[in-house]
Amino acid sequence: MSPLLQGALTIFIGVGGCVAYFWASNVVLDKVLFPARGPNAGRNINRANLIRPWLFLLPALLALGLYLVYPVFGSFSRSLYNRTGAEFIGFGNYRIMLGDPEFRTALTNNLLWVLIVPAASTFFGLLIAQLTDRLRWGTVAKSIIFMPMAISFVGAALIWKFVYANNPDIGLINAILVAFGTEASIDVLQIPFWNNLFLMVILIWIQTGFAMVILSAALRGVPEETIEAAILDGAGPARVFFSIKVPQIMPTIVVVWTTITILVLKVFDIVYTMTGGNFGTQILPSYMMSYMFRDDGRATAVAFVIMLIVLPVMVWNIRQARKEM
Amino acid sequence: MTGIAGQKSALSWVVNITVLALVVLWLIPTIGLLVSSFRDRDAISASAWWTAPLSVEQNFRVRAPAAETRAIDGGFETAIGGYEITGNIADLIAAETGQTGPVTITAFGATARAPVAAQPGEVLPLSRDRTLSITADGDYRFFAPAEITRDPSLYFAMEIPPSFDLDNYREILRSDGMDIAFINTLTVTIPATVIPILIAAFAAYALAWMDFRGRGVLIAVVVGLLVVPLQLALVPMLSFHNTIGIGQSFLGIWLAHTGFGLPLAIYLLRNYMVGLPRDIIESARVDGATDFQVFTKIILPLSFPALASFAIFQFLWVWNDLLVAKVFLPASSESWVMTVKIADDLLGSRGGDWGILAAAAFTSIAVPLLVFFTLQRYLVRGLLAGSVK
Repeated sequence: MSPLLQGALTIFIGVGGCVAYFWASNVVLDKVLFPARGPNAGRNINRANLIRPWLFLLPALLALGLYLVYPVFGSFSRSLYNRTGAEFIGFGNYRIMLGDPEFRTALTNNLLWVLIVPAASTFFGLLIAQLTDRLRWGTVAKSIIFMPMAISFVGAALIWKFVYANNPDIGLINAILVAFGTEASIDVLQIPFWNNLFLMVILIWIQTGFAMVILSAALRGVPEETIEAAILDGAGPARVFFSIKVPQIMPTIVVVWTTITILVLKVFDIVYTMTGGNFGTQILPSYMMSYMFRDDGRATAVAFVIMLIVLPVMVWNIRQARKEM
Repeated sequence: MTGIAGQKSALSWVVNITVLALVVLWLIPTIGLLVSSFRDRDAISASAWWTAPLSVEQNFRVRAPAAETRAIDGGFETAIGGYEITGNIADLIAAETGQTGPVTITAFGATARAPVAAQPGEVLPLSRDRTLSITADGDYRFFAPAEITRDPSLYFAMEIPPSFDLDNYREILRSDGMDIAFINTLTVTIPATVIPILIAAFAAYALAWMDFRGRGVLIAVVVGLLVVPLQLALVPMLSFHNTIGIGQSFLGIWLAHTGFGLPLAIYLLRNYMVGLPRDIIESARVDGATDFQVFTKIILPLSFPALASFAIFQFLWVWNDLLVAKVFLPASSESWVMTVKIADDLLGSRGGDWGILAAAAFTSIAVPLLVFFTLQRYLVRGLLAGSVK
């Protein structure tokens, strides 16, 4: 059967099955198990209402439990076994990993990514949000800056390959260098340390639009009176921005910052497509993929390290959410 | 507000120019890809994409066929008789490269050392009393007093008009299997977008409007799961799929994407549903509607904007995904999606073929861009609902 047909069938079965499940389970609950008639009508209605939420939640809880909760434990336990999964080696995988210079490179690079990408994206996002705020063609400008959000990381990497290419007739950077009189063209992706920054530029290019959209809405939400009062007191545009607007949208800035931080820890596509982790550009997600299918013990150990790095953000997120409820 | 008296015009100039510079900076890489995807391999390596709209002058060499030599009778008027070859450059190019079309000669010559020695229309004197002349539209005449035995070389410079065509697209779709990859991407994306919406909508309704013990904890769990790195699920879930007999397959990737998309879906939809007016729901309940009816008749239609937001998110995310596709789909070429096709196949096998790579990349980003520009409103709304709350 062709995958396309199979897909259509899956949509049909999946959607139909979901609808059927929700409908049928409600009917069974109301008509068969606890019918709202007879001597126990009142008690039955209450009982049905006690169970109904769980009917609504069941498929979602199953999928979440299986695909997101179980893997946390499944990955951890798998990481305690060797390559084939036959022998228990305790923290052996972690010990080997800590001794691996490539892992340390990946860890330090990832730290750089986490420090630089969210900061730069948020900075540019805020800058553009503020500048376009009162511009007549601001919507068009924002739309263009936002566009890379729709492009895959692989597509973005290819787009930037045309900028970084080691050939002045293709790569924009080398064309500029040659125009300024450098002799030979250089491969910017092979310059130690700096190549990491060139890769980060790609993610910053993508994520700035995200930061901009959210911060732009937050800026709009700053009460006019506070700004007016500041202007009446003689504050200039820069002062208004830094002393009035930024402090008021600080919570949003933090949300944007953390969201991008989480993303940075997951994206392996850019490094994988651009350098394959060579020339000292390895990061944890791409390091993990280099062991995927070869050594599941190592791969899960790396995944768990990523989880540990994400953990503080997760805790912070949950506390924020609870505060709001 | 920012326009404090007197400073307004100067400031707004600075703002306009800065924004323009940023927009250009953001747009340039993508335009480079787009332009390159319409140029052939030779054009890409001969001139940079930012010069593509201009004609370029290139030097060429062809050989005039000695076999077509004609003897000229000296007669009364010409002092010396001799031999000549005449014809049109366009025919020689057609014979050597197969490319047809009129030519525009800008200069010509007869030796490799001076390939552009004369202007079109001139008669260029050569050694041993031979002459060569080429007109602007390519008519040439090579004259020699002695018999011509070897094919003489003609050097000339020609204007190459900018040429854009769809050859790269034709090639990747026909012979590189990008058409299959496109269909595979579509096959993965649509069910993986539709199914989580349905499941999440019911769960979000329960979390927003139904009272039960543990609701708060469940919401916190969903918020926590939002940030669980996908990487954790790869190994355990692949081995789980193998155990239950799904293995690496389309069914497997649909399930995986459903699971990974659910936290955001539930979170977004719950945030939206909580904000719906309480009166409508209460009065429907008073009128005897069951939760199932309230959900299908009232909540679902009212939640359309949130459903659309999430649908766009999930669509873009699944369409653009490389990681999940690499792990949960079979590694054989007939089930590659476009991202895998580009990253694992084309970048290796067609590494230096920039036109092909550009066309492939643009094929893969065309649909998301279309979705993005037509449905941007919903995307923005979804982003805001997901983050600012």
